[in-house]
Amino acid sequence: MKKKNWNGFLIAGCALTGLLIALMLLGKFWTPWPPTAMDPKAMYQPPSFTHLFGTDKFGRDIFSRVLQGGGTTLTIALATVAIGAAIGTLVGAVTGYFGGIVDDALMRLNDALTAFPSILLALLIISLVGPGKYNVVLALGIVFIPSFARVMRTQFASLRDVNYITSARLMGAGRLRIMLVHMLPNTMRTLLPALTIGFNNAVLAEASMSFLGIGVTPPDASLGNMLRDAQSALGRAPWYAILTGAMIALLVFGVGLIGEGLQQRDREVD
Amino acid sequence: MNERKEPHPTDLVLEVQHVNGGYRKGGLLGRGGYKQILFDVDFQVRHGQIVGLVGESGSGKSTLAKLILGLLSPESGKIVHHTPRPQIIFQDPYSSLNPAYDVEWILEEPLRVYGKYDRAERKQRVRDILARVELDERFLSCRPDELSGGQRQRVSIAAALIRRPRFLIADEPVSALDVTVQAQVLRLMRTLREELDLSYLFISHDLNVVYQICDRVLVLKGGVIVEQGDVETVFRNPQHAYTKRLLAAAE
Amino acid sequence: MLEIQDLHVKFHSRDHEAVGGVSLRIDDGEILGLVGESGSGKSVTAMSIAGLLPRKQCALRGAILLDGQDLLLADRSILRRMQGNRIGVVFQEPMSSMNPLLRVGVQVGEALRIHQPELRPEARRALVLQAMADVELPNPEECYRKYPHELSGGQQQRAMIAAAIVSRPSLLLLDEPTTALDVTIQAQILELLKKLNAEMGMSMLFISHNLNVVRKLCARVAVMQKGLLVETGSTDDVFHRPQHPYTQRLIASIPTRHGREVS
Repeated sequence: MKKKNWNGFLIAGCALTGLLIALMLLGKFWTPWPPTAMDPKAMYQPPSFTHLFGTDKFGRDIFSRVLQGGGTTLTIALATVAIGAAIGTLVGAVTGYFGGIVDDALMRLNDALTAFPSILLALLIISLVGPGKYNVVLALGIVFIPSFARVMRTQFASLRDVNYITSARLMGAGRLRIMLVHMLPNTMRTLLPALTIGFNNAVLAEASMSFLGIGVTPPDASLGNMLRDAQSALGRAPWYAILTGAMIALLVFGVGLIGEGLQQRDREVD
Repeated sequence: MNERKEPHPTDLVLEVQHVNGGYRKGGLLGRGGYKQILFDVDFQVRHGQIVGLVGESGSGKSTLAKLILGLLSPESGKIVHHTPRPQIIFQDPYSSLNPAYDVEWILEEPLRVYGKYDRAERKQRVRDILARVELDERFLSCRPDELSGGQRQRVSIAAALIRRPRFLIADEPVSALDVTVQAQVLRLMRTLREELDLSYLFISHDLNVVYQICDRVLVLKGGVIVEQGDVETVFRNPQHAYTKRLLAAAE
Repeated sequence: MLEIQDLHVKFHSRDHEAVGGVSLRIDDGEILGLVGESGSGKSVTAMSIAGLLPRKQCALRGAILLDGQDLLLADRSILRRMQGNRIGVVFQEPMSSMNPLLRVGVQVGEALRIHQPELRPEARRALVLQAMADVELPNPEECYRKYPHELSGGQQQRAMIAAAIVSRPSLLLLDEPTTALDVTIQAQILELLKKLNAEMGMSMLFISHNLNVVRKLCARVAVMQKGLLVETGSTDDVFHRPQHPYTQRLIASIPTRHGREVS
């Protein structure tokens, strides 16, 4: 029974995502044009070899801005998922492992958070702390905790009475060690696909918040606030919206493929 | 491994004294109700003995195992251990080994948790115990899902024995195995008892297996020990009607 | 009545044949025991007879003749009719073979509903109750209305047997039907199977890894190892004078109450 580690979805997803991330990393150090350099003589130019994705209303190079803004979006999404998954896993582990009153209390709080539509909750937090990159991460991170907590709680609870966990308890392993070393690796087949879904939701959430003007604020570029820019020029420069939107779509599609690939790999093992 | 025979202050390994036990069900402050499973269970395991515990599903065998292991507290009565913490071998070899790790990690873990051994000592003891359970060293890098049922059960036994306990609870250890593998594992368990000076509580529903390996036998029905005694005596001359029925069915 | 000729089964995902050329015969009214350890191919053999193997994932060669008709050549519709009407199947885990949301009586009558749709509901109900009485379920009327979880393990297995015999098949395939049961219940089910065999003349293929159980029930035994049939013969011969080395090892491994040493 050799584990088959790769499949079509995983390969395609990793290749696409890898390429996009490489481009965005590149955007941190080098872009064809300075992303904020304006050129009044080159407003709303269509895509050409000089400006791959064309230019916006200030004559800024859209491709350069997509690279930089994509990087911002990517960082926000990663940080958001990291916060949501880390705290969510912790809450899930504690509630799932101990059960009882701790479980009841934390899960009711969780339900209360879940009861808000997530974008509303994010809006509420932003209205308290104000917009900006870091606050978006904070707001979305909090919004993402409950779903991770719920998924992980089920995982940890189902492992609680498995024989090898009982054995670990009998050999005197501490609770923290049992949760982190003995249980956590066995939740990966659920956690990893959940991470990919969470990442995609975070990309979309950042985009929608910045689109609404409560996320990343200019002059910082993000795919979301670029889309907001593009919308006002939909008639004059349709490529702006299309190409920026395509970037979001590709990013989400690539990570979605990875998620599908991970799930398929686990199905094949069974 | 541990060749020297430690002096035993008493000949006893385990005393279960008039134990009543069961489960408390949910509810705040444990007031959700109590379901008693075991009634006045009283027996002893002597040094070097293999004591069989037979009974059908729902008789309370697993509950008794949990009580002895300390995973559950008795309602009344006392459980006295005269050895360090007992270990357990489970029936299902598929869920008794952590699928996320390889055999070497699984065997080393009890020693790591114990904390008194350095890396070299741990590796040495892992190799020793592996030889004891008659497994080749090439299995060290295998994950549980690459092993057969019999091999897994050998790894489970090794993991239970690596800290050199003196008393093992074997909960249906061969029930999930093919009959030829079953015979091998039973033989191994006997050999280990001699070599490592062990005592077992051997839980099984298979009376023929119990007859093969045990010195004494306890018959549990509805949470009550209806009969106990020397295996030969009980099997040749059962007293309780239930024991008779059980023996007739397994003939 | 059933004859298997040189049956080969190979799953596309595996390198080796699961069944590598098995020939078997079951006579009218006979109980044949098929024993072997896990991976010996005994269950795959049974599933080929019942037509339960996913045809896209494996290749079958040879012939399985049921009263002269080759099941491997038969097309789907004939096979499906055969399955419910002529061949009944009982599996190991009674709980997981039953749908927890349907009443027991409905599940027992399932084969009739599929294969004899022309039956009127009252007639079907009568047949179901008859089958439930045949397997000695206490108070069939009451059991008919119960849900699976309201029955004990032994009763669930009786209900599964009732579902398998409700259309009076001529062959009953039993795949480890007593393995999950307590010994006293196991003994009762064996008695029941003997009775059904004697009273209805139903032929049975009894698959088990438990040689003690096979010895009690079957007149003839076939032993499989690694996809091959290594020995066939009367139960008495196979158990007392095993010919093949594997059979000898298997018989020697049976825990008995004669002599205490595990050999």
